[in-house]
Amino acid sequence: MTIQFNEETFRDDYTFKNSDWAIKRFPFPFHEDSYMYAVNMEQHRGGPDGSVYEKRFDVDEHYVAEMKDRAMVLNDDPLRCQSLPHMTLAGWDLLELIMVSKSEDYPDLFELHRDGDQWHWINKPLGIDDKFTFMDETTLPYGPMEYITRQTQGDFCVLDQRDDNLWMDAGIVTTQADWSLDFDIGMNFFEWHAPVPLAHEKGIFVRALKFLLNIQQGSPARRLNWTMTVNPLLDTSPENYHKWGVQKTTLTPENIGEKQHLRVELQTFFRLPRSNALVFPIRCYLCSFQDLMTVPKWGRRLHRVIRDLPVELATYKGFIDNRPMMLDYLSKFDDGKPTSDGIWPDLETEPALEK
Amino acid sequence: MSAGTDKIAVTISNIVKLNDLVTRFEFKRTDGELFPTFSGGAHTVIEMKDGDITRLNPYSLMSDPRDQSTYMISVRRDDEGRGGSLFMHNNVSVGDEMVLSYPVNLFSLDLRAKKHLMIAGGIGITPFMAQIKQLDHAHGNWELHYACRSEALGSYVDELTSTHPNDVNIYYDDQKQFIDLENLLDGQPLGTHIYVCGPKGMIDWVRGKAAELGWPREAVHYEEFLAPQPGKPFEVKLAVSNKVIQVGEQESLLEAMEREGVDAPYLCRGGACGQCETNVIGYDGKFIHRDHWLEEDEHASGKKIMPCVSRFEGKTLVLDR
Amino acid sequence: MSKFKFPESIKSRPVYGTLEPRAGKAHLFVADAEGAEAILDVAKADKDLVANAHIIYIPKNTGDTYVKKLEALKPQQMYVGPSYAASVTRLQRTLADAHMGLQVYLTGTEGLMGQAMLEATNAGIPYTAIQTEHRGSVARRMQCVHCKGITEDVIMDPFVCSHCGLNLFVRDHYSRRLAAYQGVCIDAEDPGNVPEAVELYK
Ligand code: HEM
Repeated sequence: MTIQFNEETFRDDYTFKNSDWAIKRFPFPFHEDSYMYAVNMEQHRGGPDGSVYEKRFDVDEHYVAEMKDRAMVLNDDPLRCQSLPHMTLAGWDLLELIMVSKSEDYPDLFELHRDGDQWHWINKPLGIDDKFTFMDETTLPYGPMEYITRQTQGDFCVLDQRDDNLWMDAGIVTTQADWSLDFDIGMNFFEWHAPVPLAHEKGIFVRALKFLLNIQQGSPARRLNWTMTVNPLLDTSPENYHKWGVQKTTLTPENIGEKQHLRVELQTFFRLPRSNALVFPIRCYLCSFQDLMTVPKWGRRLHRVIRDLPVELATYKGFIDNRPMMLDYLSKFDDGKPTSDGIWPDLETEPALEK
Repeated sequence: MSAGTDKIAVTISNIVKLNDLVTRFEFKRTDGELFPTFSGGAHTVIEMKDGDITRLNPYSLMSDPRDQSTYMISVRRDDEGRGGSLFMHNNVSVGDEMVLSYPVNLFSLDLRAKKHLMIAGGIGITPFMAQIKQLDHAHGNWELHYACRSEALGSYVDELTSTHPNDVNIYYDDQKQFIDLENLLDGQPLGTHIYVCGPKGMIDWVRGKAAELGWPREAVHYEEFLAPQPGKPFEVKLAVSNKVIQVGEQESLLEAMEREGVDAPYLCRGGACGQCETNVIGYDGKFIHRDHWLEEDEHASGKKIMPCVSRFEGKTLVLDR
Repeated sequence: MSKFKFPESIKSRPVYGTLEPRAGKAHLFVADAEGAEAILDVAKADKDLVANAHIIYIPKNTGDTYVKKLEALKPQQMYVGPSYAASVTRLQRTLADAHMGLQVYLTGTEGLMGQAMLEATNAGIPYTAIQTEHRGSVARRMQCVHCKGITEDVIMDPFVCSHCGLNLFVRDHYSRRLAAYQGVCIDAEDPGNVPEAVELYK
């Protein structure tokens, strides 16, 4: 199917919406009725047809609007995209990975023609048609990482690997769950994760790092992470927190279904061949509570997860104050029936809500 | 997660005998596609079907990392070893099909370095061949000091000195030419990184001297290719898979486990990457630890072993596999 | 003077040690205020080392208290600067000429150590190879995550950003690249509701 791209906004009037297609393929992050941090990683080698796992870089109906939002964020604050000088080679690696993947996975939307180092890139949805010399920065309007990630949904961290650690030495970050690239640039794996509660003590980061250091070319991995956002605001940055933070207080029992969004990150990990760096794309998906409740299994499960989530996690994720109101709303969609294992909606097999 | 999960079928396209000891092997992809690019310092693990035995030996890729048409390695014949290099020298000919792993890099350049100071001994030159090509493309600042036994055994000396007369320094043992390390290390600008690849004695010498002169540990990189050494046969009980297996004289513990269908993860098969680290449940005898991965106290503890290169002598050994 | 023991914190927060003599051909000390005491302690352990060293010292509010004592160590080179800002080009010049094997010793306030460390790492020394010892004030160098302005010597939490005027709380999240802790708006969700400031660690 060719994708119909939405005209929508992620700020001000918030016209963002999910089609039925987008709701059904939403990466619901809970495979069981409770949640705790874990080393939840698996191979990234496709997935069910039409799911967000199917392609290496998922493109969906929000693509064009998200890229417009990214351009606005970068206009206001160029520090959201940074690359330390030694990371340019990794930037080319990333450009190659994305161009090759997208042109193979979406031949109707993207084309890449290569003749030696003379490359021709066509991005139909964004109306881009550029010829450039691979590995020659002067032939592109931006650095290679910025050029390609202005055309790819999701944030990107490019990690240098050395001294048995990963270092956040480049990235473009405009759809983040409240952390600052400008602040974290240059940190190692343990340092940028420093604010996360409980996970260090559980040894999660030590084990996760070992896994990441050994990710090899051709064997990407993935995991899901999640948080909560009031209004479909992509740019929940610390930089602008003094502007958007107050929106969290606008929830009411009447508007919560529409305003409260579950925010899920599909995080993937690819080894980059020429630089031996690792790239960490963080793709953000938003879904309103009321849209999620159209899937009975998800309604039951989300209520149980949010109800039983440790206080430390609800505080870190920034919704501790709103949790009671969320639970009032979500409890209406939990009839106490058991739920099937796994993240998929299972619409055919799971019973309808009886309440 | 073994390097073995992703493999490339290749055909030998050329074999070049460089001197009495070293031969270069060149590969094309059997399916006619392009190879993945790689970073200088990466190695590939070659599968050799030697009769009933499958040998898996790591070799540094020495071709230009940007050249996706051909991969090249150079193999030094080791007459005392367990036969991997002998197999390559004696049993492999142009047109043969083999299997390589995807490239893995455990000896990569620190791209922040203001200067790369490379020190090679003998066959340890191979990773530098690829690194130099990578740095040349990036206009990097580097310098090579390469010690060989004799002119006759100086693999790639001519190529290196003719293309980089100012950056390559050759030392022949038989002409009593030796690297003046103390002077070499003294006066290097801040931000210089040392890379050393060669025999263990050379690596220890460079690391020791650098530490003595106050060089930070992070600025000294090394790769020693450990081939598993033969040894007395021994018996191992694998507790998880509930098997008792025999490790033969000419095979490593890791190879013996693989032969018995017990999956153990690996990347380097040379005692450096830590992937195959295995817990010891019980033992009566003595370990012959040969890896660079475990700390000294871990070696002494009798609780861990790296089955890719280390062996055991004694009555019983029980492993958590 | 006894040393302040920082409470245990998150992994990005720097941990300081005790300076000790190390092997190396050249030695560079950068210190402010009470940091002088740590240099005097190193001299007790290894007089020759300090006599061979280059010392960059910024007395801050300690005035002349330590200058004579440091001079008495007869360092090969010594500079007493009126402020860090005034001394930084000298530090950069020193590092530009230095060779591998140089040992760097930083001591005094967190702000001084952080900024000098940044110069040393930019010059190519890994941060793990640079020794630090905290002495004196526990005030912090803070970056406002909103306007990016730096406020020096912050001792109260919350505090007012000296650039944009937002009320910021003091986090332990620390960036070596900025040589600063992170300050974040405290009343974003309830504008005007700013708790009373308390002194750090009190
Ligand atoms: C190398 C790739 C990775 C990058 C660049 C990355 C980056 C980040 C960042 C910037 C944060 C926010 C920290 C803050 O509050 O300031 C975060 C949170 C977190 N990360 Fe990672 N991360 C990576 C891999 C992983 C992996 C492999 C795990 C596996 C367990 C993991 C687990 C977490 C968890 C549990 C949180 C807290 C999230 C929440 O509760 O919302 N991260 N990560």
